Amino acid sequence: MTPYKRKSYWNEPTLGRWERAYLPEILRGLAITGGVFLRNMKRWVTGRKGALTTYYPEETRFDYAPLNRGKHVLTQRPDGKPQCIACNMCATVCPAKVIEIEAGFDPSDTAHPKYPVRFEIDYSRCIFCGLCVEACPEDAIRMAKEVPGLPSDQRHQMWLTLDEMLHWNPQRDVAKPYPAARATDGGGE
Amino acid sequence: MTQDLVISLIFIAYAVGMLMGFGTILTWVERKQAAVMSDRIGANRAYVRIPFTQIKLVWLGLFHGIADGIKMLVKEDFHPRTHDWYAYAVAPWVVFTPVLLVFGVIPFGGLLDPGKLFPSLADWFGGRTYPMQIAQLDAGLLMVFAFSGMTIIGAMLAGWSSANKFSLLGGLRAGSQMISYELVMGLTVLGLILIYGTVNLDAMVRQQSGVVLGALPAWGIVYQPFAAVLFLTAAIAENKRTPFDLPEAESELIAGYFTEYSAMKMGLFMFAEFIEIAIIGALFTTLFLGGYNLPFMHDGGFTLPGGIEIAMSHGAVVVTQVLVFLLKVLAVCSFQILVRWSLPRFRYDQVLAFAWKFMLPLALINLSVTAVVVWSHQKGPF
Repeated sequence: MTPYKRKSYWNEPTLGRWERAYLPEILRGLAITGGVFLRNMKRWVTGRKGALTTYYPEETRFDYAPLNRGKHVLTQRPDGKPQCIACNMCATVCPAKVIEIEAGFDPSDTAHPKYPVRFEIDYSRCIFCGLCVEACPEDAIRMAKEVPGLPSDQRHQMWLTLDEMLHWNPQRDVAKPYPAARATDGGGE
Repeated sequence: MTQDLVISLIFIAYAVGMLMGFGTILTWVERKQAAVMSDRIGANRAYVRIPFTQIKLVWLGLFHGIADGIKMLVKEDFHPRTHDWYAYAVAPWVVFTPVLLVFGVIPFGGLLDPGKLFPSLADWFGGRTYPMQIAQLDAGLLMVFAFSGMTIIGAMLAGWSSANKFSLLGGLRAGSQMISYELVMGLTVLGLILIYGTVNLDAMVRQQSGVVLGALPAWGIVYQPFAAVLFLTAAIAENKRTPFDLPEAESELIAGYFTEYSAMKMGLFMFAEFIEIAIIGALFTTLFLGGYNLPFMHDGGFTLPGGIEIAMSHGAVVVTQVLVFLLKVLAVCSFQILVRWSLPRFRYDQVLAFAWKFMLPLALINLSVTAVVVWSHQKGPF
């Protein structure tokens, strides 16, 4: 029986003489970086973009995942009022405590008398975890894949208010056909 | 006499302005070139708003240099509790000043004849001509080495007086590394001195104005290609930039010998580094790239092969020479930045081994071969 030979897991030095001569490989590296420089400069000079960077916030990346947790949207009832019932569950579950809701009372809407007067999210502290979406019992808050795009040097400008989040267009929604299919569903909530 | 003074003052103002301009522009060039090399955009958000309008000038991020300067000037000037506060305060200047002084002996243009340039002043100047150089010293190259050697003192002073272990280590590293590479630099240049037979930089540049072998310009890089490569490598090492930035290796020493410096004192170290890039560019241009010379160009215009003469006025010649010098310097600076953003950092023992076991023998071989060739040419019919 042959004695056990321990397997060696480290890499043997693989530099050859050519690499060890240093200068040719250095020149090759410089040629690569210089080539990239020239290629990108040619693009810039001919009016194209010679960089992979996306200008934020002027440009929007095309490759956001469909499930990306970006900015919040508040879903609406058919009459355009927010579906939110101001139950404060999202504000309670929010780990960063960025959601502020002020509830109001509307006796004329007997089905949903409680509604948000003020619904504000502080994006300077939001961590985009999506817990508010999961906590919502009414499917009133969702997250779109676009990022909020609120870069500013002043914190009070980084709040989104109710009006800015009420832009959801129900006609395009496939996850919850609304309001046409509502009668057949029998109101799943 | 007054005329000489006026011309000298103009030269000095030009030199200082050029170096400061290079120091500022190079921060931008470095950022942008590094960005373009790595598929990025680079700093482009600082702007100057025209007062009373909403027009914001961005200019490809050129104003980031100004923003940096303002930031450094208004930042808190932190002092460590060091016993040697005098050395601490003086060290940035010991680094910064010699770098500026080196440029005093570098010729940045050909012969200037102010009388021809401004005919109304021809009487006053009385036919005097001035080589475009601040100090016409015979010992030009020796001055360069004397002054660039002084920056070692500044780096070590900063390291010693900061009362910080990182600074001390950085200062020690800077000292040994710069002394090693200065030796190599001196040895590589000796070959050129043998060929040109002078250490006067203006005379060296004038000897590089011709053409050899029909088409090649008679620049130092043609005679001494090995020395050119070695000189540039040693100069980058002398300037302590990547791949030789061991004295300020961030991952090991925070910022090396200027760890304890803040605000504009730190800015002086940085500015000195950027100006030294320009100085290295100017030195390399002067020694190896023919200074202000273009092939086939002389003080009267161009004489192209085939006997085509293009006459130029004196003003055009002066402007061309100054511009050619600036462009060459910028090209060498850009190459240094390319090197800095391409190569990884050495280990410290590798830096010193590279200097003493690799570059020094090569420089000695280059020097001895040059000496033998020059000696045989002097003996023969040449």
